[in-house]
Amino acid sequence: MTTTALPTYEDAVARYEPVIGLETHVELGTATKMFCGCRTEFGAEPNTQVCPVCLGLPGALPVANRAAIEATIRIGLALNCDIASWCRMARKNYFYPDMPKNFQTSQYDEPLCVEGYVDVEVDGKQYRIGIERVHLEEDTGKSLHVGGATGRIHGATESLVDYNRAGIPLVEIVTKPVPGIGALAPEVAKAYVSELRDIIRSLGVSDVRMEQGSLRCDVNTSLNKPGEEWGTRTETKNVNSLRSVERAVRSEIIRQSGLLDEGIRIFQETRHFQETTGDTRPGRSKETATDYRYFPEPDLVPIAPDQAWVAELKAALPERPSVKRARLAEDWGISAIDMQSVANAGAVELIEETIAAGASPAGARKWWMGELARRANETGVDLSAVGATPAQVAELQKLVEGGKLNDKLARQVLEGVVAGEGDPAAVMASRGLGVVSDTGALTAAVDEAIAANPDIAAKIRDGKVAAAGALVGAVMKTTRGQADAKTVRDLILERLS
Amino acid sequence: MAAISREEVAHLARLSRLAVTEEELDRFAGQLDVILQSVARIGEVAADDIPPTSHSVPLTNVYRDDVPTPCLTQEEALSGAPDAFEGRFRVPRILDEED
Repeated sequence: MTTTALPTYEDAVARYEPVIGLETHVELGTATKMFCGCRTEFGAEPNTQVCPVCLGLPGALPVANRAAIEATIRIGLALNCDIASWCRMARKNYFYPDMPKNFQTSQYDEPLCVEGYVDVEVDGKQYRIGIERVHLEEDTGKSLHVGGATGRIHGATESLVDYNRAGIPLVEIVTKPVPGIGALAPEVAKAYVSELRDIIRSLGVSDVRMEQGSLRCDVNTSLNKPGEEWGTRTETKNVNSLRSVERAVRSEIIRQSGLLDEGIRIFQETRHFQETTGDTRPGRSKETATDYRYFPEPDLVPIAPDQAWVAELKAALPERPSVKRARLAEDWGISAIDMQSVANAGAVELIEETIAAGASPAGARKWWMGELARRANETGVDLSAVGATPAQVAELQKLVEGGKLNDKLARQVLEGVVAGEGDPAAVMASRGLGVVSDTGALTAAVDEAIAANPDIAAKIRDGKVAAAGALVGAVMKTTRGQADAKTVRDLILERLS
Repeated sequence: MAAISREEVAHLARLSRLAVTEEELDRFAGQLDVILQSVARIGEVAADDIPPTSHSVPLTNVYRDDVPTPCLTQEEALSGAPDAFEGRFRVPRILDEED
């Protein structure tokens, strides 16, 4: 263990060149598992979505899910890959209780998709990330380690296993090593995962939610001195958010450069990202080299995608998210940076649909990126699940633009909509919200405010029009925010002129 | 020369989590050697124009539709397990490995 202080990130990348590589696992959103008809719903009671096939009971035979094959091919095509004309599944043999069969059905030297790329943008500059392979496999069960204090395996006396997840189709996407990105390595890694997530989401084949584990990322990092050969890489697992991708690469660069500075050799190992501290810790010991003894899966026949079908799938791919974002940014009249935050918030489609339902681009964006994004953040749900639909937001914005609601009342109406009280007009009616612009009703409130604040009234009479704000505030208070501020102001100035 | 060494058999036993005694190692190494030698003889007669065969039936693309079928109940799923707790399979902890 070294006691000297770690170098700063700037020092580290000044002396060493990082090479990164990413392995991403995407759980497909199919209704059933990869090799059996068990449901795949998230959060079901343990071991209620299992059958003889995914429990590995003797004699059970797998049959591949056509939708999963199709989804994998579409992912490959969207990542500019070549699709294999013939390939096989393989058995990856290992003994660990997360796989009841004692092997994982995966692909080995014959992946379904190879040789692709993804272009990502960081600081206005484009970087091409090569894709080595995209292959199909099955997810493992979930283990709960008990007896220890932390729920981790250290100190645990036993493990409790739920096989609901075992056998859910999992697509593994492996990049080629990415050299030459220097200090931007953490940001390029994050931009890649973000772009990958957007592309897969646009295909509709997975909900790609990192926090739920339907998108999981392993980050490989190595350092070398300029002009020298690439260094030994470490693999960081447990990277569960976009921000963590960036932090994991950064902290691993700092850690490795600290060791290299002292002449300590980096050895190939698996490390675990620590969400709380932002650094990595050693994981599984690699003393015994992994020996998976892969061989072609005899119970599943080869996959030979019909080339006409592949061409059809390729022609039907949706617009690439980056292209779509550029188009929409122009349509909506917003900057690329603003568009990026819209995309990061998962609001692109929601705003698009809100505009289609009749709202202005600015109005639609205001609600989704303001009040609703804040609420989604607070409650930890996706923006799309926040409780308001694009049609409702469009209706709300129309009520504002038509002068029936002011900003403050609109927020209250939205609150009701999110709480499930109905559409904006219904909430307005049931909560008795709505702008009072009827001058007769307002005049009384205005007179009352003037009588209660003679000093301010005198100032306004003397021409200090700016003082009217205080009286407007008083009227808004007595009308519980339901007056139209501009009408109130006009009335006050009229009375005191 | 033997097609499989005693050390290789010991390694495979370890990977398979099988406790094999010294006597058994000797016996299995001998038995496996006979099997492997027999298979190797097939390799000798395979001509260059015969591709390695992983599947004996000339079938490709056998798929099923993405339609749910009934699952086992939790009780059924756990009925063959040596031990279970709160709907989960209970297994001894695995040494020296992370989750």
